[in-house]
Amino acid sequence: MHIFKLIFRNAFRHKLRTFLTVLGVTIAILAFGLLRTVISAWYAGVEASSATRLVARNAVSLVFPLPLSYKDKIRQIEGVKGVSYGTWFGGIYIDEKNFFANYAMEPKTYLAMYPEIIIPSEQMTAFLRDRKGAVAGRKLVERFGWKIGDIVTLKGTIFPGNWDFVIRGIYRGRDNTVDETAFFFQWEYLNETLKKAGRSWTDKAGWYLIEIKDPHIAADVSQRIDKTFKNSLAETLTETEKAFQLSFISMTEAIVVAIKLVSFVIIFIIMAVVANTMAMTARERIGEYAVFKTLGFRGFHIGGLIFGESIIITMIGAVFGIMLTFPVAKIFAHELSAFFPIFNVETKTIYMDIAASFVVAFVAGIFPTWRAVNIRIADGLRRIG
Amino acid sequence: MDNASPIVEIRNLSKSYRRGSQTLPVLIDISLDIDKGEFLALMGPSGSGKTTLLNLIAGIDKADSGSIKVSGTEITSLSETELAFWRASNVGFIFQFYNLIPVLTAYENIELPLLLSGLTKKERRSHVETALSVVNLTDRMDHRPGQLSGGQQQRVAIARAVVTDPTILVADEPTGDLDRKSAEEILDLMERLVHEMEKTIIMVTHDPRAAKKAHKVKHLDKGILNAHLQTDF
Repeated sequence: MHIFKLIFRNAFRHKLRTFLTVLGVTIAILAFGLLRTVISAWYAGVEASSATRLVARNAVSLVFPLPLSYKDKIRQIEGVKGVSYGTWFGGIYIDEKNFFANYAMEPKTYLAMYPEIIIPSEQMTAFLRDRKGAVAGRKLVERFGWKIGDIVTLKGTIFPGNWDFVIRGIYRGRDNTVDETAFFFQWEYLNETLKKAGRSWTDKAGWYLIEIKDPHIAADVSQRIDKTFKNSLAETLTETEKAFQLSFISMTEAIVVAIKLVSFVIIFIIMAVVANTMAMTARERIGEYAVFKTLGFRGFHIGGLIFGESIIITMIGAVFGIMLTFPVAKIFAHELSAFFPIFNVETKTIYMDIAASFVVAFVAGIFPTWRAVNIRIADGLRRIG
Repeated sequence: MDNASPIVEIRNLSKSYRRGSQTLPVLIDISLDIDKGEFLALMGPSGSGKTTLLNLIAGIDKADSGSIKVSGTEITSLSETELAFWRASNVGFIFQFYNLIPVLTAYENIELPLLLSGLTKKERRSHVETALSVVNLTDRMDHRPGQLSGGQQQRVAIARAVVTDPTILVADEPTGDLDRKSAEEILDLMERLVHEMEKTIIMVTHDPRAAKKAHKVKHLDKGILNAHLQTDF
């Protein structure tokens, strides 16, 4: 007989209790994994950002534009490799609930800076040829059932009116960290239409995207750009793409902190549940542990039996929880694609699941082990009968 | 050690328990010798200290004062860890309620103490099969305790006690939970262990029939070994 056989059989002595505890751990690990995935999804844009891309925006606020003339001045600054620009469009497709990111950009230079966005060459050519052309992400196209050649009308919020676009391309991400729910079109189309209507925001960009030669010079280049436009009518605030993305998240940081807190509360609750199971188990078997000690087994053997059982119960629940996380996250990703364009269960999350399970199993076993090891044999034997 | 000297030598042994601010003496100045191959019964009313004395001899409890030598080893001076090692190789336990592990088969229960011995699986199997044949339960080796009668469970417990070939066997009311027929079988088995295998058995019992099987009966009363009530058979 191997001692593991005994641990395994002990774990299933009270089948209903073990089943309910395993179920509790499964649900807890599933919930923990999903909440950690939500947090990851929150930071997905940050994680996907490049260290060689800077974003320059109006120092006052993103809602104020920058003159188009800045483009050539930025290009001349030392350390700058390329410059592009874009403007947030904020259009609504049929209904507000159909939210997705949509913006105008200068396609050639912009897409050259995003090698992670992959567009078939013939679609790219068609997009560049058509002033009213637009490119949508694969998931967005799937969501609304669009196909190449379809006309999509967005209702402008920042730029009033109905805006028609022809889907000329569908992009996909180089890997699963790329948002495939965005919609972009030619900045020229926006600018010309605004010019014709005699509106403001003509020859203006919402932000500049700057490619630098070396990520180590990001701070220097940012300072040089901002210095160039110091005391102008539209001063700039230049930062790395990562910092730019983080500035959005910082607005909702309280929510992220709350989610993090809830995820750990779940682990704490399940810790109490497993600890209760193990405490009941150890209390019932205190006589048996006394018999083991009588036969010459020592404290670490008893601890091994209790911790082993705690680990088996917790890890079975954890395995089921982790296995369920993937299909459930897929459903979440589908249902919440408007809020979380990237909703992938990261390897880091699985490691956290496993680590949390081990912590639960270990903590749950501490008190029962302490009690079983420290009880006098004679007292333990008296509990039998 | 001299072959003629007792296998258990107890000198001036005292033990008391604390209950709140009170100290209750359980054993008072006990001195006792037990020879190798002896079958000793300890009798006395409830609370007389029989089980406490047995626990002290078996090294599962600590005395307040006095000395206990088992096969030349002064066990009162051993640490908890040393006592655990000592018990594993020197003491076989037989309990009133058998105290078998319910999730293990008869074979696995008997094998349990051997897991600490460092024997190979094959050697363990040989020892367990021998012990099973001694208690005549070879055909029940794959049964779990719940599938065995009380008498059979106690035989498994005896096999577990003898499988390591210990120096002494201690039995606390071994027939206390058995019907008369099963009790007789167990006592006969214990007698065989003494006669055929030269085991030393110290048994606590209330049952005069069980005590009659012993070579010697010692009476305890209020923690004092009553020399006047010693019975030799």
